[in-house]
Amino acid sequence: MALYEASATQLLSQLESGEVTSVEVTKACLEQIRKHDGEVGAFLKVMDDKALAKAEEVDKKRKAGESVGMLAGVPVAVKDLLCTEREVTTCASKMLENFVPPYSSTVVKKLEQADAVIIGKTNMDEFAMGGSTENSALGKTRNPWNTSLVPGGSSGGAAACLAARMVPLSIGTDTGGSIRQPASFCGVVGLKPTYGRVSRFGLIAFASSLDQIGPMARTAEDTALFLEAMSGYDPNDSTSANVPCPLFTQTVDKPLEGLRIGLVKEHFGEGLNGEVEKAVREAVAVYESMGAKVVDISLPHNKYGIATYYIIAPSEASSNLARFDSAHYGHRCDEATMLEELKAEEDALRAAGKEAELKKLDTPLIRMYRKSRAEGFGPEVKRRIMLGTYTLSAGYYEAYYLKALKVRRLIREDYDKAFKSVDIIMGPTAPNPAFAAGSKTNDPLAMYLEDLYTVTANLAGIPAISVPCGMTSDGLPVGVHMQAPALEEDRLLRAAYMFQKATDWHSKSPSM
Amino acid sequence: MSDQYDIIIGLEVHVQLQTKTKLFCRCSTTFGASPNTQTCPVCLGMPGSLPVMNREAFQLALKTACALNLNVPRFTKWDRKNYYYPDLPKGYQISQFDLPMSEDGFLLIRDPKGQFEPKKVGIIRAHLEEDAGKSMHDEVAGKADTRIDLNRTGTPLLEIVSQPDMRSPLEAKAYLNELKLILTYLGVSDCNMQEGSLRVDANVNLHIKSEEPKKVATPIVEIKNMNSFRAVERAIAYEATRQYDEWQETGKTIKDAPKTTRGWDDAAQITRPQREKEESSDYRYFPDPDLAPVTTTAEEVEAIQNALCELPMAIRDRLHDGYGIPEYDADVIVNQGQIAVDYYEALALKTGDAKMSSNWVQQDVLRVLKERDLEFDQFPITAERLATLLKAIMNKEIDTTRAKDVFTQMLESDKDAPTIMAEMGIEKVDDSAIDDLAREVLEANPKAVEDLKNGIQKAVGALIGQAKKKNPNIDPGTFRAKCIELVKDM
Ligand SMILES: [Zn+2]
Repeated sequence: MALYEASATQLLSQLESGEVTSVEVTKACLEQIRKHDGEVGAFLKVMDDKALAKAEEVDKKRKAGESVGMLAGVPVAVKDLLCTEREVTTCASKMLENFVPPYSSTVVKKLEQADAVIIGKTNMDEFAMGGSTENSALGKTRNPWNTSLVPGGSSGGAAACLAARMVPLSIGTDTGGSIRQPASFCGVVGLKPTYGRVSRFGLIAFASSLDQIGPMARTAEDTALFLEAMSGYDPNDSTSANVPCPLFTQTVDKPLEGLRIGLVKEHFGEGLNGEVEKAVREAVAVYESMGAKVVDISLPHNKYGIATYYIIAPSEASSNLARFDSAHYGHRCDEATMLEELKAEEDALRAAGKEAELKKLDTPLIRMYRKSRAEGFGPEVKRRIMLGTYTLSAGYYEAYYLKALKVRRLIREDYDKAFKSVDIIMGPTAPNPAFAAGSKTNDPLAMYLEDLYTVTANLAGIPAISVPCGMTSDGLPVGVHMQAPALEEDRLLRAAYMFQKATDWHSKSPSM
Repeated sequence: MSDQYDIIIGLEVHVQLQTKTKLFCRCSTTFGASPNTQTCPVCLGMPGSLPVMNREAFQLALKTACALNLNVPRFTKWDRKNYYYPDLPKGYQISQFDLPMSEDGFLLIRDPKGQFEPKKVGIIRAHLEEDAGKSMHDEVAGKADTRIDLNRTGTPLLEIVSQPDMRSPLEAKAYLNELKLILTYLGVSDCNMQEGSLRVDANVNLHIKSEEPKKVATPIVEIKNMNSFRAVERAIAYEATRQYDEWQETGKTIKDAPKTTRGWDDAAQITRPQREKEESSDYRYFPDPDLAPVTTTAEEVEAIQNALCELPMAIRDRLHDGYGIPEYDADVIVNQGQIAVDYYEALALKTGDAKMSSNWVQQDVLRVLKERDLEFDQFPITAERLATLLKAIMNKEIDTTRAKDVFTQMLESDKDAPTIMAEMGIEKVDDSAIDDLAREVLEANPKAVEDLKNGIQKAVGALIGQAKKKNPNIDPGTFRAKCIELVKDM
């Protein structure tokens, strides 16, 4: 097996035994990126020199018999909305094209402490808004299984680089399904942890109450390893859960006895692609063959998930993105041109004697905000800022935002109830396999529906995972979605491992 | 104030809490540092940064809430107030909207001069929020640059909102004064208006007395930019007259016009309409998803309540009732702060003469502080040392006039009163010496003796003067009494 094809767990054992060096592994990954990323476009930035320097450092430490971190020498890709000290962090937006944070996110720091080799920053939908990575202002990412298709989003780059065997581990973020849906489209594993399990400090926020950072990998074991490395309480994030972090690596290979799987009948209804359904049902059958029991359950408020999500997420986004006002952060319009335009408008209004309109004309400051933000943000980000501004504004707050909070609570209660009778809720991750680039860009609602099965885990704050479970007749990967109660990530990882022991969908790779 | 109308006044006071660090980060809150040196990714609102609440600030706010008789609900949360302004780096301010950390209290105000009836001013709420930065408009050389200093960004503010319970500028001033005293006694704020630690906005309108229909309310005006209590008093007085004139002219009532904002121009001593920030202010408040809600237990509130220091109003009563000094005296001392109270009490206890001690503190100590521009804790003579001087007066070892000279010398050196008195040759004159001196002087002044016999008491004044020339140590009171006694027998 080529080094770039090996899992992180395999690499670690080879690195430990001295069979390979981190420099060799890193070079293999860099070479793979060099060869294929022109076509895939997973990376916005590859940090060759830094990565090799780190790899060398880790090799030296190992050689000297010094203790090393749990990811020592393993290449990792980081989604480009996680701040990396003194490295441009763009959120795939023109707004932040030149933003160099003076600090690293807690997660990146943890990876550094674990001696991981950070190899580059991956592409994404601008500010993590979107389901296809087509909203990136800085480049296109293609699905390695078929480059005319999207990789999913918003962690499209994170998923694509794994599928293309450019890196064994990749960090994604998930606000409504942004780890799991691209994992499903690209045939890799993606886990959204319990809200609070992983510190959000240094994650450029989209919707703070929903955002969660999570591991993406090709195997359950790697996912467990990676999650263990990034989890833990962080005093810099007051929403981070102050609970001990379990050692997922030590439990991942323990099968779940008497597993009760809940199937939500609404998940297998209208809108679900037949081939996806078939693959998911077969996955469920695999579990049954291992002794799992299937229980039909109902999550009655799940159907309001998308509507609720598209009120709460844009509301928070409209506020979170206010800081990109170009006074402190973000792209600034050309001021001289802006002032000239303003002057011309003023003169025209004055000449026309339109006193009332003259009074309503922007001040230079307001015009600077308007113009800079108009230039800096892409259409999807603008759409959501508008939506959020509307739903939070006086007179609509109660009808939309407050109501959405109430529904969110009901959704959570549905889960609490369901988890009294089942251990895991299983279903499709996305209603369809990867779709053609450009096919949904003019239909935002169709795009939003891709999150149908995933958003409710974010609304409820519970962990969820997508695991490759089959292929369509066109040879596209399909993912099975599993959800568990809060803080029960180990249950998801063990279930994923059981499945991967019995099947080989996770080891399928695209021909590149 | 006026026979034509009542002035209705409500005050919003922003108090900067005296914490070492900011409300949501660990940056220093020291005033006067060079621009943007006390900042970090959190208070700069840098992408990816997250706020974490400062417990100390919350504790200070709880302390204030207890002192202002506010209820502290079990649960409070943080909200975002969204608006654009260059000194607001996140594009929102973290504040508290519908569930403030305290609400529904009151403050007692009383005027020792009796110019208004004592009253309870209701307090609607007191909530915590972070401060914004400062914009400095630099228009030198035709440029219209604005420079932003974000050192103040994230400093903890407590916003205390009163009911519109005040009816005169004097009451408003008394409210502010009492509030400031409480805050400084509690040590929660230095209340320095010059440095912006205490900022006041006043909501003012009039209830005009008219026959039909009973009374008319004028539109509410919020007055900003007042940077002293005197300015508040004057701004409100000005605004009352202005609103009355405007009402007479336009007849506009509260129903016809929304609340407007005016700024106090201290140089011109008038209020001026302020340019409204941006269009209508829809702040789009919503719960801040980055901050966990805060719960406070009843036990915690009780513990703070029990640990509260004695408050100004209680001290005034104690000084008045316990030491028997006039309410006015108690007020003057208490207004000087806890250190003055401690000083006075030490002095009164040592001398055993509460009124005399009060006079000395009010007149001599305060005069010196004012002349030298000192704070009370910088006063050079301790209560113990001043007490020995006062005791000397009480024992008639020294008269008041010469005691003031000794006092002046005590300010300049660390010598005790007895030492200075010895150096000046001041000693108690015994009774027989006074007797001799009185006889001597009376003999030399038959005219004065005649006057005294005819009940012209002031004649003794000249005699005291002569006697003092002969022996500066005589006690004028004792001497006077002796003269009168001797004349009776003559
Ligand atoms: Zn700071």
